[in-house]
Amino acid sequence: MSEALLTLKGVHTHIGQYHILQGIDLVVPKNGLMVLLGRNGAGKTTTLRTIMGLWHASQGTVNFAGRDITHSATPDISCAGIAYVPENMGIFADLTVRENLFLAARNVKKAGEMDTARLEWIFGFFPALRKFWGQPAGTLSGGQKQMLAIARAIVEPRKLLLVDEPTKGLAPAIVRSLIDAFLELKTTETTILLVEQNFNFVKSLGDSVAVIDDGRMVHTGTMAELSGDMDLQQKLLGLALEHQY
Amino acid sequence: MPNAMPNTTPAAADASALLRRVPIDYLPLLILPLLALLALPLVGSFPTWVTLTIAGLAMGMMIFIMASGLTLIFGLMDVLNFGHGAFVSIGAFTATLVLLPMKDWVQADSLLLNLLALGLAVLLAMTVTGLLGWAFERIIIRPVYGLHLKQILITMGGMIVAEQMIHVIWGVEQIPLPMPETFRGVLIVGDAAVEKYRLIAVGIGLAVFAIMFLVLNRTKIGLLIRAGVENGEMVEALGYRIRRLFVGVFIAGSALAGLGGVLWGLYKETLTAAIGSETTVLVFIVIIIGGLGSVGGCFIGALLVALVTNYAGFLAPKVALVSNILLMVAILLWRPQGLYSVAKR
Amino acid sequence: MLAKLFSGDFPRSRVLAALLLVILFSLACAPFLTTGARMLNVAATICIFIVLAASYDLLLGYTGIVSFAHTMFYGIGAYGVGLALNSIAANWWAVFAGVIAALLLSLALALVIGLFSLRVKAIFFAMITLAVASAFAVLASQLSDFTGGEDGRSFTVPEILHPDFRLFDAEVFGRVIDGKLITYYLVFCSALVLFLLMLRIVNSPFGRVLQAIRENDFRAEALGYRTAIYRTIGNCLAALIATLAGALMTLWLRYVGPATFLSFEVMTDVLLIVVIGGMGTLYGAVIGATLLILAQNYLHALMGQTSAALSGIPWLSMLFHPDRWLLWLGVLFVLSVYFFPSGIVGRLRRSARPA
Repeated sequence: MSEALLTLKGVHTHIGQYHILQGIDLVVPKNGLMVLLGRNGAGKTTTLRTIMGLWHASQGTVNFAGRDITHSATPDISCAGIAYVPENMGIFADLTVRENLFLAARNVKKAGEMDTARLEWIFGFFPALRKFWGQPAGTLSGGQKQMLAIARAIVEPRKLLLVDEPTKGLAPAIVRSLIDAFLELKTTETTILLVEQNFNFVKSLGDSVAVIDDGRMVHTGTMAELSGDMDLQQKLLGLALEHQY
Repeated sequence: MPNAMPNTTPAAADASALLRRVPIDYLPLLILPLLALLALPLVGSFPTWVTLTIAGLAMGMMIFIMASGLTLIFGLMDVLNFGHGAFVSIGAFTATLVLLPMKDWVQADSLLLNLLALGLAVLLAMTVTGLLGWAFERIIIRPVYGLHLKQILITMGGMIVAEQMIHVIWGVEQIPLPMPETFRGVLIVGDAAVEKYRLIAVGIGLAVFAIMFLVLNRTKIGLLIRAGVENGEMVEALGYRIRRLFVGVFIAGSALAGLGGVLWGLYKETLTAAIGSETTVLVFIVIIIGGLGSVGGCFIGALLVALVTNYAGFLAPKVALVSNILLMVAILLWRPQGLYSVAKR
Repeated sequence: MLAKLFSGDFPRSRVLAALLLVILFSLACAPFLTTGARMLNVAATICIFIVLAASYDLLLGYTGIVSFAHTMFYGIGAYGVGLALNSIAANWWAVFAGVIAALLLSLALALVIGLFSLRVKAIFFAMITLAVASAFAVLASQLSDFTGGEDGRSFTVPEILHPDFRLFDAEVFGRVIDGKLITYYLVFCSALVLFLLMLRIVNSPFGRVLQAIRENDFRAEALGYRTAIYRTIGNCLAALIATLAGALMTLWLRYVGPATFLSFEVMTDVLLIVVIGGMGTLYGAVIGATLLILAQNYLHALMGQTSAALSGIPWLSMLFHPDRWLLWLGVLFVLSVYFFPSGIVGRLRRSARPA
């Protein structure tokens, strides 16, 4: 396994009076796709939000690319090279698809100056975005919004991509195009941390996997190991995913 | 706007985007002409109707200028500044610092000198209110982000202090705000008499609206503001500092309130320290009607309120006293979030 | 017995208890401590503002909602009684009818406003109440045939409350028991009863739910409380008590008019009283009202002297001009929202409980 891009050490996060993360240790290796599994309320989203600086850890450290970002502000964390696709996608419904992508391209001053080649590359796996280019994002379907949200995160190269449950509520055809997109992304320099509940979706995608429950890490290992070991799957997924099936 | 986007996408994409253009919500836009048309037979006389309509539009533009900043400030940071009216008062009073000493230019029968004097007054008023807005945001607002109750109380307190300070600086007497010579009087268009100043107010209001519209739709900052109104957290996650954006909007909004104060003061011709708090109620009704956070809604709301006030004032003066409230209730019954609701988080 | 009277909610600070006792004693004996009509007027105004501010505290401090329509309800009470006495006859039936009509109108308005806007954000409610209250004030001053317009209306009160009325021929403790004195005690006793009633309300289960909603409405909703309904009831209760305060004030002044009852200044005063005195304590209203009314009446003189002493320096003397007392209260208001949000009462209680 290669060097670590992101390291969480003993991270505790409180939201109001609730103690959500109770000492998370997580190492995300550089390049490749790591899957974060766990049932509802286990603390997956909170982990991503803590990395992003949208919640702040009350204890522990978050280290990204050799830099301590535990107490950094969200914009700084973003500028350090982390892109975030929240569970609700965070689409600007009032803005067009083009304007959404334009804002995500931080270094571009005018909408016309966006990197055409990169846009074409994105259109390659999300053709719907080309089709609805000038339309308000609010009028897109759920799957198209998800595509836009991911496109926004990769419109400029980023070191790390945090994606929160992209398949939630999507039709199988769209899920397949998402799989293609992630496979394509894996060939680039981008590292991906993917939160999911849908094990079948991530089985073919993930390189490594971490399972979280009740605010603690209960398992980390390779995806090959987990998908090959039925007992372990039973133990972890029974714990983590039983309500899904 | 597809045609504003050269080279980035194939023409086919633009064409299909044009074909599948989503219907914009035109309904609120239709109310204005409908209202005006409905008022025509009720008013009876066409010249009177023209006079009333122009008067309403002028008043509406001035309210819009005062209210637009407030609605954006609210939309972006969920901050409602109950002291917004103070900037209106301060703007109007600051204008006297230019217009009173420059009597010669103001009274000269020269459009150029008049405009220069007014321009200087507006510039000073907007600078002063903008700077005060910056200080107000730092000192008063910043410690109470996210605390609605404290925000309301503290901005109310700021308003009281500001009004009292106006008394301290300018005294308690009413101050006349002289109208430049060439802006006085009426224009006769056909049989209708239209006050010149009202036309000027309409012109300035339209210009402000056009500039805001262009900034909000065509510049990165403007797009960021609109995105921030919708989902500030995501704007931060994309790497922009929303605080900085907000300070900018707060300064601009305060300066606009100052501009509105100058225009409103010239319209009223005499100033009292309460000139701002008197408009606060109108401004609130307008931004509620428009949908909190929506500039377009604010524009339509302002014109709607002003037109209804003017028509009702002519047709049934007693009803005019509560026409704003009735209008607000009617709009909220139709659309509980206001004309244009801003999708929030 | 005492615990029952105070609903178990004691001042919880010696200094505060002492202050409250002094205020209670002074107000109870005001007619016998002073002979000046002005002093008695100050005392009656304090009594009524205690009730008005405490009822506002029910909303602001205990429910966490900001209303700018509180003076509207106060005004409704005043106009109800005033107009009834003016147009029916100077008897108790008119007072009674006026109070009932005013209470019903207040209740209806509070219900409508509440159901209309309490579901949404606090800020929305604040704006709507401001708009409604200002429309009401405009109506009251413009419908002059009915309300007397800007001038308001003076009227005759029932005979026993009339200043010329004498209960006994002889003096009692050196004081003639006249109608003014009887009115004063009517005001005083009603204020006391209403205040104790409010203490009871905030310490009842209902009051506790209101506070739970204020702390965390999401959680209260999750616990199964219909927050909008509780808030609306709180709003109605506060409105009804403000109405009664208005009725008392109009009986005392024998006059009703928009400047005295509906102007935004009254609303500002109430806000200042509650915030400076201490939100969510009720006792804060007592301390705050006493302070503010005394300041309004006696701070002038003090500031006049300061201003005269500074007369050489133009702006500074203006800063201390007697008419600028509101400036200083405004500054105090802002500072207290920042630095001691629980006001004077909160401060006293904290120092009474050494950490």
